[in-house]
This record gives sequence, C-alpha cells and structure tokens, in this order.
Amino acid sequence: MSQSETEYLQGKADEEYKHGWTTDIKTEKAPKGLSEDIVRYISNRKDEPEWLLEWRLKAFRHFKQRIESGEYPGWAHLDYEEPDFQDISYFSAPDQKAQYDSLDEVPDEILETFERLGIPLEEQKALTGVAVDAVMDSVSVATTFKEKLEEEGVLFMSFGEAAKEHPDIVRKHLGTVIPYTDNLYAALNSAVFSDGSFVYVPEGVDCPMELSTYFRINEQGTGQFERTLIVAEPDSYVSYLEGCTAPMRKENQLHAAVVELIAHEDAEIKYSTIQNWYPGDPDTGEGGVYNLVTKRGLCKGDNSKISWTQLETGSAVTQKYPSVILAGDDSVGEFYSVAFTKGHQQADTGTKMQHLGKNTKSTIISKGISADLADNSYRGLVKVSKNADNARNFSQCDSMLLGDQCGAHTYPYIEIGNPSAQVEHEATTSKVGEDQMFYCHSRGLGEEEALKLIVNGFCKEILAELPMEFAVEAKELLAIELEGSVG
Amino acid sequence: MHARIHPTTPYPPTNMALLEVKNLHVGVEDEDIEILKGVDLTVDTDEVHAIMGPNGSGKSTLAAVIAGREEYEVLDGEILYDGEDLLELEPEERAEEGIFLAFQYPVELPGVSMTNFLKEAVNSVREARGQDELSAAEFLQMVRERAELVDLNADLTKRSVNEGFSGGEKKRNEIFQLAMLEPRLAILDETDSGLDIDALQQVSDGVNKLRSEDRGFLVITHYQRLLDYIVPDYVHVMVDGRIARSGGKDLAIELEEKGYDWIRSSEGATAAA
Repeated sequence: MSQSETEYLQGKADEEYKHGWTTDIKTEKAPKGLSEDIVRYISNRKDEPEWLLEWRLKAFRHFKQRIESGEYPGWAHLDYEEPDFQDISYFSAPDQKAQYDSLDEVPDEILETFERLGIPLEEQKALTGVAVDAVMDSVSVATTFKEKLEEEGVLFMSFGEAAKEHPDIVRKHLGTVIPYTDNLYAALNSAVFSDGSFVYVPEGVDCPMELSTYFRINEQGTGQFERTLIVAEPDSYVSYLEGCTAPMRKENQLHAAVVELIAHEDAEIKYSTIQNWYPGDPDTGEGGVYNLVTKRGLCKGDNSKISWTQLETGSAVTQKYPSVILAGDDSVGEFYSVAFTKGHQQADTGTKMQHLGKNTKSTIISKGISADLADNSYRGLVKVSKNADNARNFSQCDSMLLGDQCGAHTYPYIEIGNPSAQVEHEATTSKVGEDQMFYCHSRGLGEEEALKLIVNGFCKEILAELPMEFAVEAKELLAIELEGSVG
Repeated sequence: MHARIHPTTPYPPTNMALLEVKNLHVGVEDEDIEILKGVDLTVDTDEVHAIMGPNGSGKSTLAAVIAGREEYEVLDGEILYDGEDLLELEPEERAEEGIFLAFQYPVELPGVSMTNFLKEAVNSVREARGQDELSAAEFLQMVRERAELVDLNADLTKRSVNEGFSGGEKKRNEIFQLAMLEPRLAILDETDSGLDIDALQQVSDGVNKLRSEDRGFLVITHYQRLLDYIVPDYVHVMVDGRIARSGGKDLAIELEEKGYDWIRSSEGATAAA
C-alpha cells in the first residue's frame, strides 16, 4: 500500500460515526434492574390488559430460571461480555405522555431527530407514500397514513395500542411462532418488551403501501426490546421495512427484539431490515450496540410465502437468524442477507429453514463483507422433516474480505429426514484483489469509487430484493460504511 | 542515450513529447530483481509505436509501470508525460490525464454492470479534464456509437464487467473502453493474445478507427501478425529489459523472418564490443 493510500485511510478512519448524536428530550425511566415489580411497572405504565401482564410474568419467571441455571448462549462465533441484566433500565418513555394523537403533539426535538436521519415524516407523507410508525425509545410517537390503511382494513399500529384495541388478534398469535421458552433473549423480551409494531392484513387485501418503522435507541443505559407481530390472512400481501440508526454511546446497549410473522394460505409477507446501529469505537470496539434478535416467520397456510431481506451494517455484536417454518404445503421461504462488519464488529447471522409441508421451497443467499479486524459468520440450518416430500433448498453463501486481518466463516448445517429432498449449497470467499482495484484505477476511479462499485456489485442480488425506495438508501449506507475500509 | 528510432523523423522532437521514458530501471517491490534495465522511449501523438519482444523481456512491465501498477518499483530513471513527472501520479490520476491501458487479461467485476462502471469512469475522467458530466441520454448515445465503432454488441454493456465474456469479447471490450475514455496515450498490452484471426481483425479495425492526431499508441505484442493489421510507425524490440533495436515497420517483418535470436546475437556482439 502506498503512502498516500495509508494517509487516506487514516483520514477516513478518523471520521466519526455519522449518526452519533443524541436528542435532548425529557425522559422518564424505570430504575435499573429486573424483577417482577419492574415487569408489573412496565405493564402498568402501558396500561395493559391483565392477560398480557400474566404472560409477561410467566416469561419473566422462565427467564429467571434460565439465568439461575447458569445458561448463557455462547455457541456463536462471537466474543463479547455478557450483559449485566441488573444494570439495565427496562423502561423509558419520552416526555410524560405515552401516546400522541397527531404529529402536532410530537415534540419538536423528536421531529428534528427524524429529520437529521433523513426521514422527515411530513415529507415522507407527501412524497413517498410510505406509512411510518416511528418508535422513539419505547413509545410510539407518531403514526401516519393510518386512515388510508384503515380503508383497506389493514391494522398498522404500535404493539401497545394493538394489545388494547385488538386484544383478540394479539392474544391469538402472540408467542405462537416464538414462544417465550425459545431462547434466553426471547424470554427476556417477552417479559419486558417495550413496544413495537403490529400489522394485520385481512383476507384478500394487498396492503396498498410499504409499511415502515424507523426506530432508534435513544436513552442512555436503556435496553430496547421491540416486539413485532405481523399477521397476513389468506390471500393477502404485505411488505414491511424496519430501518434504524442509533446515537453514539459509551456503554454497551443491549437490543433484544422479537419479530413474529404469520402467513396464512396464499399470503405473502416480505420483511426487510436496514440495521445501522452504533458499532462501537473503531479502535477499541467499546460502546457499540449488542443486537441479539429473534426473528421467525411461520408459513402456516398452503402456498404461503415469507421473505426476509436484511442489510446489517451496524452494531458491535449482531446475532440473528431470521427463519421460516415451512408448515403449509407448497410454501416458500427466502432469506437474503448482506452483513458488513468493520472495525471490531462481529456478526453471526444466517437463517433456519424448516421444511415441514410438502413441495416446500427455500432460498438462502448470504453475502458477508469484512474489513479491518471484523469477524463475519454465516450460520444456517436447512432441516427437512420426515413428511416434507419434495422439499427443495438452494443456499449460496459468499464472503468478501477487505484486507487481511478480518475473518469470514461459514457454518452450514443440513438435516435431511426425507429422501426426496433436493438441497444445494454453494459457498465462495474472495478477497477484493489488487487486480480488481487496479483495473478500476486505470479507468480513472479512485479508491472509494472503486470499492463502492465492487462491493455494490457483490451485494447486487440482495439489494435488488429491497423495496425500491430503500434500495437507494441501502446503497448510500453501504457507501458510507465503505469509507475508509480498504485492505 | 536515446535509441535512434526512425530515419526520417527529426529526433528528439523539437517540442515536448507526449511520453518520454528515460533510462528506466524497474524492479519488483521487496524482491531483488531488475526487470527493466534502462529503457528509453519517446512516444508522441499521431504516432503508433509497437514494442515487440520475447516472453519475459519486460514489455508488459513497461506498460504496467506507465499505467501506475504499484507492485513495481522504479529504481532509476524517469517517465515524463507532457513534460511532467508521471511517476508522481496515482494510477487514477494518470487515467484522468489521458493514459489508458488495455489489459492483457481484463479483470472480471462480478455484479458490476458495464454501464455503471463506464458511467463512473467516463464522468470521472471528464470531470478531471474540465468537461461537463454527461447526461444519461448523452451517455447512452455515446455507448451506442462507440460500441458500434469497435463492433461490440451493445448488449454486452448490460452485463457485469467482463463476467462470462469470451476471450474476443473481453479484448473488444477493452478497445470499447478506450473509445469511451478518449485517452491521449493508449497502451495495448498483448491485445492479440488468445485471439483467432477473425477476432484479431475485429479488434484491429476498432483500434485503427481510433487512431488520431491527438492520440499516441503503444502497442505491445509478441507476434508480428498484429502489426499486419495495426500498422505501426515505429517498431522497438525489447530484449532482457532493454530496447535492443528500433526502426520502422519493416523491422517487424525482418524480425519475423530472423527471430529474436537475431537481435540477441547482434545485441551480444554490441555488448561485447
């Protein structure tokens, strides 16, 4: 590497995290620590029905039991300090008031926050036709486009509202895809979840717009525990996008979300994620978000389809495996992922495709990019059960290394219980070569332009899966991430 | 000391030459090898220079060093471009200044569409040259015209850069990029290698259409046959890291008849004397 390249990289490496700032809003938060009282406090503050409190308490007791038995999920290719669950505050709400009826009531600071993130609600309303259910910390502050969705009978609201307004639907589905006994963090989330989104698409309805939630961890020392539930009734369609950024922080922040998707007969759910949380100090890795998420979809009805698309560029530690249970016959599960790690970031991500129904199909395309000292693992399971005749899976896991101190790992697991299954797996690892870079340079492209092109090319298939508006944003995000990541 | 390169042209040129390579010694970074051992060469606009030589003589190294490949280390000598020190510039700056290298082995960029790649490249060099950025329509118009000029199927521009291209398509794609980037100095590094006679002719036709009074060519080849199609003004024979002999286009034919050993032996005789 030439001298000027080294200097250039140094300059880029010194740039601070672009979204690293906080908004000054009065908050009210629970004291640190986790106990039955805290669970009751959260439920009470949210004015929840009794059955939900009971469910939280069951989850809490289960969590406590697991912690007391010394459980800690340490099997992933990750190295980080276990969060101190008693050193976290489990509830915070912006301002005194928990809900807003209209945008006018939203404090200016919050609106400014969204503007700095490039998502002015007003403009989105007018220009993009995207409904935004904005979660600032733990309480939903604004929901737009609700009326238009209501015309179609689509319910799109905060989880807290849904628990009160549509208790039957929530109660019927909550925890059916991811029971609180599923894993330690699912148990924790079930006990203390703050808020999240709820989507219900009635039979035969094509949701008329992309549904989008931007949320942002915004309170020092506050764990954030989203709970999202999406139900697509027979013959319906919905596309949902979550995207997030977080401000700069000194201590680690735990984020343990749970997302449950249920697709009935002939229904399709497309779930896209752009994750750009604070990755920690680039030199030490300190202070980044721990993103430990459980996401699972159930293709319950025949001929149903669930697609996960994710662009993961943030967080110090990311561990998530958006999965699909292919229960219905002829159901389809898809997982498209780009995970970009740099600095000291670590990601262990992938998917689980469980084939239960007949003629079920799954596709997995995973692209991992590592730079600096970062580590990136793909971990996936394709499981074909005994009765799943004619199951098909295609998996492709590609890794790209930028530099020679980063790592890429692929852990594909395949369990076949039916001889008619067809499972294909392809994996490649490539290093962005000097040849490729020189070729670009010789055509007048500088370091950054060249890398952007090469990495965007590498991720092309995945970016193409994102809804149009967000694909542009995703490319921009990748470009920002790439600044200063050259080997 | 410059080799005398053409009997009828005044040498050295009275005005500033496009490219002047002076006593160039080049090694490989971190290795104790000298590949170029004092190369002198002057190329001007409206001239086509051919460099011939056996494998390992240093022809492609010279091309790579002019284009700015970093793995080589200049041990001595200089390269002037428009009278300025070229070795100070990064490879992308050299491209912006109008140097173009057609690769012997064009590199694949999976998932990067030709159109995107070219658009970035063309606008990058245009900006550096003080020209306006092309609009999407202007750019596509240019792509169509230049693809036709070099006989490249315009559909190839919708594919990823060099991915799945045949050998001939890759080489024509290099000439197409040359046509798009409008360099002042075009270096063709063994553009004929791996081509059958038809493909060779197509590529050569493209190059000939791109010859211009504002442009100089440095054509590197192992075989004389390319020079039947791209007829050079000057021929230089490189042996063991030095230009052993220079002359007009007839030198190539003489070389074809007598082989490189002829140069080697006369070179040896000169050295011994």
